[in-house]
Amino acid sequence: MRRNRFRGAAVAVLAAGTLLASAACGDSFDDGAAPAQQSSGPAALQILIGSSGDAETAAVKDAAAAWATKSGNTATVTPAQDLTQQLGQSLAGDNPPDVFYVDAGRFADYASVGALEPYGDKVDNPGDFYQSLKDTFTFDGKFYCAPKDFSTLALEINTDLWTKAGLTDADVPTTWDQLTSVAQKLKAKGTMPLAVADTRDRVGAFMVQSGGWIVSKDGKQATADSAENVTALSYVQSLLKGGLASYPKALDAGWGGEAFGKGKAAMTIEGNWIKGAMTNDFPNVKYTVHELPAGPKGKGTLSFTNCWGIAAKSKFKDQAIDFVKAMTSVDQQMTYAKAFGVMPSRQSARDQYTAAFPADKAFIDGAEYAQGPVNAPKMDSVLADFDASLNTLAKADPKALLGTLQKNTQATLGG
Amino acid sequence: MSTVTTASADRDDRSAGGGRPATNGHGGRPRFGRGIRSNERIAGWLFVAPVIVLLGVFFLAPIIMAFWVSLTDWQGQGSPFKSGVPFVGGDNYTRLFTEDGLARRDFMTSIRNNLYYVAIVVPVQTVLALGLALLVNNRMLKGKSFFRTAFYFPSVTSSVAISVVFLFMFANSGAINGILSFFGIDGPAWFSDARGLIHLILGVVGVDNPPQALSSGGPLGLTWWDWLSGPSVAMCAIMALVIWTTSGTFMLMFLAALQSVPVALDEASELDGASRWQRLRYVTLPLLKPTMFLVLTLGLIGTWQVFDQIYVMSQGNPAKTTLTPAFLSYRTAFKDFDYGRGAAISFVLFLIIVVLTLAQRWVMRDRDEPRRRFRWLR
Repeated sequence: MRRNRFRGAAVAVLAAGTLLASAACGDSFDDGAAPAQQSSGPAALQILIGSSGDAETAAVKDAAAAWATKSGNTATVTPAQDLTQQLGQSLAGDNPPDVFYVDAGRFADYASVGALEPYGDKVDNPGDFYQSLKDTFTFDGKFYCAPKDFSTLALEINTDLWTKAGLTDADVPTTWDQLTSVAQKLKAKGTMPLAVADTRDRVGAFMVQSGGWIVSKDGKQATADSAENVTALSYVQSLLKGGLASYPKALDAGWGGEAFGKGKAAMTIEGNWIKGAMTNDFPNVKYTVHELPAGPKGKGTLSFTNCWGIAAKSKFKDQAIDFVKAMTSVDQQMTYAKAFGVMPSRQSARDQYTAAFPADKAFIDGAEYAQGPVNAPKMDSVLADFDASLNTLAKADPKALLGTLQKNTQATLGG
Repeated sequence: MSTVTTASADRDDRSAGGGRPATNGHGGRPRFGRGIRSNERIAGWLFVAPVIVLLGVFFLAPIIMAFWVSLTDWQGQGSPFKSGVPFVGGDNYTRLFTEDGLARRDFMTSIRNNLYYVAIVVPVQTVLALGLALLVNNRMLKGKSFFRTAFYFPSVTSSVAISVVFLFMFANSGAINGILSFFGIDGPAWFSDARGLIHLILGVVGVDNPPQALSSGGPLGLTWWDWLSGPSVAMCAIMALVIWTTSGTFMLMFLAALQSVPVALDEASELDGASRWQRLRYVTLPLLKPTMFLVLTLGLIGTWQVFDQIYVMSQGNPAKTTLTPAFLSYRTAFKDFDYGRGAAISFVLFLIIVVLTLAQRWVMRDRDEPRRRFRWLR
């Protein structure tokens, strides 16, 4: 029996080894050092998008079809269920889509491992993009990819709840002190004044207004535990503690816009995506949009953006760049803006945009002083940890939260 | 699970001689080649070949490949079996246990959450399942099949659908809080409440801030105060859901076992003057022991691997109190692109499950056969 067992084990190991070898063989042994073979002629572009909804999917599909007909190529647009995961899988499988959305917060992860083609300067007039957006998509001094569009945060105010509390247009807060005082008036009327999400993507705006940020300008140093950041978090904490602000979850809402639309909060801090949600879900709620109140160091907001990433392993890079050129032209960006409410990433489209959407002035004005997401690789879990700790901000010590963030950021940046 | 099957397979092997012809002891018979039964061996291998190939390709090979990934610093670019992929040995594992940092803290938090989760869900669902099974096995009960269907129904419904329903029920203004307010209780904001149950209880008796001895240090990167938090309010809601859905399945297993308990045995003990409780304790339960082992093992494995409810309902929030190793492994690999560490977490989880199942097997061994004490080891 002993011998049989050994033989059984040997067979099993052999079988496993063979399977493993055959599995590995399937991937071929080119080490990826040589650039991917470029094909000329008609290309079949694969485009993977992280769509915000049907409107965006349809608009991108239309634009891609128009480009394909004009240039004699084909372009297949696939909306992703979970962009990060699907992209990760296709990159691992050596078969990435040619063009795909890259979220600004994820950009450094892809750029640092060489998944992206640094084509940024090859599109028409790259200087026309807002500088803060170009900075967001620059890694190691190279401008990698063209910003698709962008959004900024602003303060939305529910008109009915505002007037009910006896407040007028003159009372719209422009500083932290004014924000506190109007919040107290709203609270006296029994409304929750402000809904703000417990993430660095909202609370972070207060850090910018106070003159701080999680990392230094060049993204190489951790600056999380600065005095400015402590001031910002202490201020937010005072709002939460005083019942002047609340996280959406505590108001039974998934995000600030939902709490705001349901009338559970008189103000919220959200980006221009709130427009679509309000029109679709809460068409009867009247509201106005204003720039965020300035902090001790002036105005500050956060910008969110995607870029048109081109895979370093794409077989049709030239055609892909041509596609991105078509997608980032002023006319096309205005079409997108009208279709699904994003702001053009080109400064030359600004006047057209403000003419078409005068109510969005606060959002686009934010581009001047907006802070992009942290663009350093492997920061996502660190920032997710910070978000988790913001959850307990009402009771926690801001210094301790920022201390942890500082420690983790330093460890990740290796600085 | 794997240990259970191999152990029983071994036993079969011993008794049946592995299905192979004996190679000696047939000295008197003439030998033609390798014996007339050698064809059977080839045929045997041929018959099992499809299963071996399927298991190998979809089971064994991925496991070995994942183990390789857990030893590398693969970035998710191209195949992990190329020469350029950096081999880091056990670094991914040591980072989970010995290096002070976010990786270890996240992992230990997930282990803590899951420990509380297992400690509550497994006993409760087992007792509940047994109770339900005894109930619907009652000969006097009318409308048995209705109750059986009703109790089993949660188990056959999609876990995602149930999770979404529970999200509504546990919403701040949902049904649960509505019922609580009927009794004058102000229900918590279930899915945003990160406070641990033990912390809450301590808060009631006046201990709001951790004593110095507990907050200053502790094993593996978490303070004793953190380790002793208890499951968070959000986790309790998820536990309630899981207990409700799985006890139906386990009820079915207990029911099957109960129906094979001879009625005569029960009646005989009743004639002997045993009370209901005594009959349950000394007649029924010992006969249910193999099923009990199965239910506990499946419960243990299922609870350590909890993923879909977390994914749908909380994504690890609030404040990481519903983070579990299975979800952390997914997040680390597919959201942080740290495939090596993600794979390492899942292998540690695998080890935890194997060790716990072995330990449980040892606890539940047959004590009346002292000579076979170490049989579970083989």
